[in-house]
Amino acid sequence: MSSFSRCAACKYLRRKCPQDCILAPYFPSSNPQRFACVHKIFGASNVTKMLQQVPVHLRAEAAECISYEAIARVQDPVYGCVGIITQLQQQIIQIHSEIMKIKGDIITHHSAHPQHQPLPPPQGDPCRSISIHQQEQDNFQSDEHPFGNF
Amino acid sequence: MGGSSGSSPCASCKLLRRRCSKDCVFAPYFPPHDPHKFAIVHKVFGASNLCKMLQELPVNQRGDAVSSLVYEANARVRDPVYGCVGTISYLQNQVSQLQLQLAAAQAEVLSMQMHQKPHLVEQDSDMSSLWAGDNLNSISHYIAVASNLSATVIQDPLKRESFST
Repeated sequence: MSSFSRCAACKYLRRKCPQDCILAPYFPSSNPQRFACVHKIFGASNVTKMLQQVPVHLRAEAAECISYEAIARVQDPVYGCVGIITQLQQQIIQIHSEIMKIKGDIITHHSAHPQHQPLPPPQGDPCRSISIHQQEQDNFQSDEHPFGNF
Repeated sequence: MGGSSGSSPCASCKLLRRRCSKDCVFAPYFPPHDPHKFAIVHKVFGASNLCKMLQELPVNQRGDAVSSLVYEANARVRDPVYGCVGTISYLQNQVSQLQLQLAAAQAEVLSMQMHQKPHLVEQDSDMSSLWAGDNLNSISHYIAVASNLSATVIQDPLKRESFST
């Protein structure tokens, strides 16, 4: 790549952008702020090492995720992506709680009004609901959270 | 040689092979008995970047910042492509599935209420057609009715990125 069309990384670092620049495919000059965030959080050297450790066909995804993490950390310097994870976990707990409450209400209603129990769905119904019990087993499978599970 | 304990350098100064001063930024968060914690953060973020990040934060927030950085660093070492974004995608998927289940459950409650008070259906001309004939037992219609009633918005965190073009 000529000096007139340097990638965002090489522009930011004020260096020549070689033809085999590893960062060029993932940090185009059209989005300089994206690399600025990545450089601030990870550093150009670390990002280069991280991308080199990943197979070429997965580098775009890796660069995208690294950029996302860097931007999240710039926006929230204390919690970064972990703040988003925490928010989602709390949302899961809240929705799960609502489902359990409604299930309880349904069971109570059916006990009081057995004649109002719904008919089973027709055979081969593609919209049959997922078993909530099965989802309960899968809901909280996640990595160890730095601030404990809620 | 100084350090948080007064005798041994912190894990960061040990790894970086430098004198651990009394006001070392890392010492409160990287004690000498857990060298792996600093090693992994240094590998992903670098000591210099880490130092700058901590110095930009009030002291009372640095502990939480270090914990979250350690978490992210571990996630990135475990999954070099997706890091903790993989966890975010997984949880987002869980939220979507649970919201579908919630909608189905709410639709079932609505169905129960309609059975109890069928005259309520006539008050809303838009909804009355949904309850015609055999549609009452179709879960797809339950979901359609629930979606009209509950306006839960799923905010995609991946769309929060404001720097991509």
